[in-house]
Amino acid sequence: MYCPGPIPGLFYQPLMDTLSMKKCLIGLMLVASPLMTWGASQELRFGVDPTYPPFESKRPDGSLTGFDIELGESLCTELKRHCVWVENAFDGMVSALKGKKFDGILSALSITEERKAEIAFSNTLYDTPARLVAPEGSPLQPTAESLRGKRIGVQQGSVFETYAKRMWGLKGVEVVPYQSSDLTYSDLINGRLDAAFDDAIAISEGLLKKPIGKGFGYAGDVVKSPEIFGPGTGIGLRKNDTALAGEINQALERIHQNGTYERIAKKYFDFDISPK
Amino acid sequence: MIEILKEFGLNFLWSDGYHWSGLSVTLWLLVTSAVIGLSAAIPLALIRTYGSQWLALPIRLYTLVFRGTPLFVQLLIIYSGLASLSLIRESSSLWWFFRDGMHCVILALALNTCAYTIEILAGVLRTTPRGEIEAALALGMTRSQLFIHVLIPGMLRRALPAYSNEVIFVLHATAIAFTATVPDILKIAADVNAATFKTFQAYGIAALLYMLLACALVGVFRFAERRLLAYQRLS
Amino acid sequence: MFLEGYGHLIFQGAWLTVQVATWAACVAIALGLLGALAKLSPLAPLRLVATVYTTLVRSVPDLVLMLLIYYSAQIGLNQVAEAFGQESFPLNPYGTAIGTLGFIYGAYCAETFRGAFQAIPFGQLEAARAYGMSHWQVLRRIRFPQMMRFALPGIGNIWQVLLKSAGLISLLGLNDMVQVAKQAGNATSRQMFFYLVIAAIFFTFAIFSSLALKHLERRYSVEPQRRAS
Repeated sequence: MYCPGPIPGLFYQPLMDTLSMKKCLIGLMLVASPLMTWGASQELRFGVDPTYPPFESKRPDGSLTGFDIELGESLCTELKRHCVWVENAFDGMVSALKGKKFDGILSALSITEERKAEIAFSNTLYDTPARLVAPEGSPLQPTAESLRGKRIGVQQGSVFETYAKRMWGLKGVEVVPYQSSDLTYSDLINGRLDAAFDDAIAISEGLLKKPIGKGFGYAGDVVKSPEIFGPGTGIGLRKNDTALAGEINQALERIHQNGTYERIAKKYFDFDISPK
Repeated sequence: MIEILKEFGLNFLWSDGYHWSGLSVTLWLLVTSAVIGLSAAIPLALIRTYGSQWLALPIRLYTLVFRGTPLFVQLLIIYSGLASLSLIRESSSLWWFFRDGMHCVILALALNTCAYTIEILAGVLRTTPRGEIEAALALGMTRSQLFIHVLIPGMLRRALPAYSNEVIFVLHATAIAFTATVPDILKIAADVNAATFKTFQAYGIAALLYMLLACALVGVFRFAERRLLAYQRLS
Repeated sequence: MFLEGYGHLIFQGAWLTVQVATWAACVAIALGLLGALAKLSPLAPLRLVATVYTTLVRSVPDLVLMLLIYYSAQIGLNQVAEAFGQESFPLNPYGTAIGTLGFIYGAYCAETFRGAFQAIPFGQLEAARAYGMSHWQVLRRIRFPQMMRFALPGIGNIWQVLLKSAGLISLLGLNDMVQVAKQAGNATSRQMFFYLVIAAIFFTFAIFSSLALKHLERRYSVEPQRRAS
């Protein structure tokens, strides 16, 4: 990096250049502060997309909060390891896991056959229903006939996108994928979408319970589809990480037995979301 | 790789079942915003160079702001920011325009490329050879004839190399469109990535398509330069 | 509450953007120098590699390249590590973003540096060789300082473009000020306000950069002289 030396043109210019180059480099290094941490073996790294309250979201001060976060921290306490949360976009989670950016996905990731072909899962964490949300009083129902010609927003890479594209997309319904749920809700609020299809609790926390969500409500009933939605969400793991999978499943058992799971769940949900 | 091409090839190029997507959308964005940007830039560049101070100053401010802020932020403001204002949402004609992601993207691209093009054209206008102007005036041309027959064609010709660069940048800029839910090449690549988890193949195909487009554009401009700037090679 | 409580996060994000852009510029300049020297070298394979590098990178949009490299870098590293039988390590996301941006803009820098190298009057190089300086001495004492003066406007331009492209790293999932503005806007439903704030911050960066570059150009820059041939 060429930093202008103090007296250009004199014969010791090259020496001065090197010195001022060094100064600039040192200055830059002091100024920059990216963390270059290699993963320590006592760490357990979870990938998360914190745009999905109440499961994972960010407080204004930047810290993470949510049901998945607390579940993950309690698992780490059981395993006596330090939890590190790595933020990643939801549609790139599986690739990032396979690329070893983190060791597990704890981000409301549903267990599906397509995903099981690429990665392994822990035991089921919880199971929450899927619903459609639309402006209050809208006659829309979660069926292809009712939604024909309408724009439905979904999160890219989620099971809701798969369901919408498979069941409605081929029948004249316009399915619009978004990078994250909050972008879906903001386009629903400003009227670019006629409805959004997402997890019922996420809709409730991310939209309906907020002041901007006034005038919106669930449209139609809960949508059931065990083949597409799977038995619920789980922790995504690499296929050859069988030791880690065993440890996590044992820790999961323990927090169910010693009541930690119930305690955390009661903070967020007033009904039973544990897997059947 | 072949399976991806077979399953999604049509999506990448033409349409994904019931509306345009992929290459056709990218080409449409490129052509529309470049044409709108250029058509608006020609009169504005003339005003900026030859107009009075009071007319030139707003144009200079416009180019300063639109060249100094990232296109991505400009698109965010036009697509998400304006839609959050109740003023826009309640007016039926404005909302009809801003509701569609495609309109927002074309507007953002056109405003951005117009700013850069104005600067390119103004720079070229300033270096018009004095001999041409003197010859035109000696032949008795009026001011408007001078503009129509000498200045504007000369400006467009001499700006061709720099403008071809700018059009390539507009092509690069259309990649942003997918954040406004417009189904261009990159959006299809993201869909493929989400469906098959094969990141490198999905984005690799997109990169190849953009490369082909860039090559085609460079070829078109080289052809235009050979014909329109032939006089430079002879001297 | 300053900026509705998000002021602190936005400034942190702005600081991150500046850091990423600065480090990426260093990487780009280093790669650009190597690329320019490779393109001007007498060895044909080196010239081929450099030409492929610059042509490929400049014909693909930077966003597409960023997504491609950012997500594939880790996979590539893992495969290389496995091939050597070593344990792979997770790449720091900010480091990867810096490397990606640096790689992309290194190609543009290589073209600028190549033009600047070629603008040095040939007589100086002949005189230096006549004095018996070795190739590396000529490079260090004669070519490099003069080339930097010719290249200054071009590099300044690339720096401005790089600073604006650094706004795209929010699409890679990094927490820069664009991402903070999106989250803040959605949380408070005052999107327009926050987007205008970050537009103003980017604009301020651009103004400062262009003032600094004008100052540097006035002190050090020279118009590339047309070769006599």
